[in-house]
Amino acid sequence: MDDKKQLEQFEAKIAAGLKIEPKDWMPEAYRKQLIRMMSQHAHSEIVGMLPEGNWITRAPSLRRKAILLAKVQDEAGHGLYLYSATETLGVDRSELLEQLHSGKAKYSSIFNYPTLTWADIGAIGWLVDGAAIMNQTALARGSYGPYSRAMVKICKEESFHNRQGYEIMMNLAQGTPEQKEMAQDAFNRWWWPSIMMLGPSDDKSPNSDQLMRWKVKMESNDAIRQRFIDRTVPQAEFIGLKVPDADLKFNDVTGHYEHGPINWEEFFDVIKGNGPCNAKRIKDRVEADKKGAWVREAATAYAAKQAKEKLVA
Amino acid sequence: MNLQQAKFEYLLRLGDSSLIIGHRLSEWCGHGPILEEDIALINIALDFVGNATSLLGYAAQVEGKGRTEDDLAYLRGEREYRNLLLTEQPNGDYAATIARQFLYDTYTFFLYEELKSSKDETIAAIAVKSHKEITYHLRHTTQWMLRLGDGTEESHQRLQTALNELWMFTSELFDMDEVDGLLINEGIAADLDKVKAAWEKRVNEVITEATLQVPVTNIKQKGSREGKHSEHLGFLLAEMQYIPRSYPGSKW
Repeated sequence: MDDKKQLEQFEAKIAAGLKIEPKDWMPEAYRKQLIRMMSQHAHSEIVGMLPEGNWITRAPSLRRKAILLAKVQDEAGHGLYLYSATETLGVDRSELLEQLHSGKAKYSSIFNYPTLTWADIGAIGWLVDGAAIMNQTALARGSYGPYSRAMVKICKEESFHNRQGYEIMMNLAQGTPEQKEMAQDAFNRWWWPSIMMLGPSDDKSPNSDQLMRWKVKMESNDAIRQRFIDRTVPQAEFIGLKVPDADLKFNDVTGHYEHGPINWEEFFDVIKGNGPCNAKRIKDRVEADKKGAWVREAATAYAAKQAKEKLVA
Repeated sequence: MNLQQAKFEYLLRLGDSSLIIGHRLSEWCGHGPILEEDIALINIALDFVGNATSLLGYAAQVEGKGRTEDDLAYLRGEREYRNLLLTEQPNGDYAATIARQFLYDTYTFFLYEELKSSKDETIAAIAVKSHKEITYHLRHTTQWMLRLGDGTEESHQRLQTALNELWMFTSELFDMDEVDGLLINEGIAADLDKVKAAWEKRVNEVITEATLQVPVTNIKQKGSREGKHSEHLGFLLAEMQYIPRSYPGSKW
């Protein structure tokens, strides 16, 4: 079958709402785009373990410690699941990690901000995971089978993360004046990065018709951002936190919140590597990889010895 | 010492050891040698925190002074902590973490096996739940003992060094005092002589299978039962307790 015919069949399948599976024919541009997106997502999960892991040893109660451990374990599991799903497209995890370590591959810009106080753990769950859910529920309807199924599972866990984050914030916002201040401060610092993490505005990020048609991209960045803001602003008001946007107002006609100007300069600066923690995050990952090299070598050597013994026996 | 005091003390020993070794494991989060190990270590740390929560919660109840498991975890100082010295030793390289964990998991495997038939129903129930988890922990660390011991020359050397350095903390695992004596008489606590025999047999088997040497040392570090710890514990507690100590009376 020639490529043109295969492409027609591929597009017809997607238009009919069917999933594309690893062994199906797919255009090279589709495969490449998915590898890029899925590996970025996997990298985000494992880099995201660092700012949150930063507070596990200091979690203020045994219950909070257990919840945070469970949450970070979920992130690690998501990372593993997503690397495996990406491998179905014919690329190795080691190759993907190499791209992360060399700075060639990106991960979510949000994890280049530091977690300065305990309230940041609440803010991440509530805002960062909240924004991620908006994006990922859309991606769960995407056309690539392994990725869309991964999103279904991941979204379920993310909604637990989102709730525990909001619960931390609610608790702080209703606590002592110091705790309330801590919550508002974290909210001030994480609000803008959270709405930025959903990607550049539509005029700066023209979604190619092709990616939409192929159901790789499901919704525009601005549409997802709007949903996130509409959902989050009332939650902030409910617990008595003030959204750090003087221009924010509700439009009665459209039924949506309108936000002030987003500092896209900061966003692109962080993407380029100039955020507060870019260097630290990559350094931590590279060091863990280096320090673990002898462990992985030992495991490989042992497995080879075992396989040999099995052959002899 | 009456039975209630002995039980409180015994629960602190068990609960503190879980809490402290869980804390150490959680320090690996995001820095493990491979993603699968990150997941395993966090999972095991979570089991320990859960186990510590149950034991310290029960300790608080037995004490009957209105304290909670969080009060016991966050508001006691170094000298009041009863965790085994082995559990507070720093992570070191992966071999040191695996060696520490293997020695401790083998210990709790046989200890909790005994506690499953404790005449104290709460301790028995906690032991039944924990023993299921510990069975997985021990399987995990035993596998790594074999991989590292019988892996490469480097891994072999690192693991042997780790075992040699940790060995002086192992005799303390089996020390018994008045607390144990009282509770063993009541059928509540485990006889650590029995645990010791099983521990030695298993540990020797695995170390030999891993092509390593069982360390020999005359140095026996002890003191945790009287709250005499290594210098490491103070730093660990300073980190763990800093929020509740900085904001007294706040709820989180």
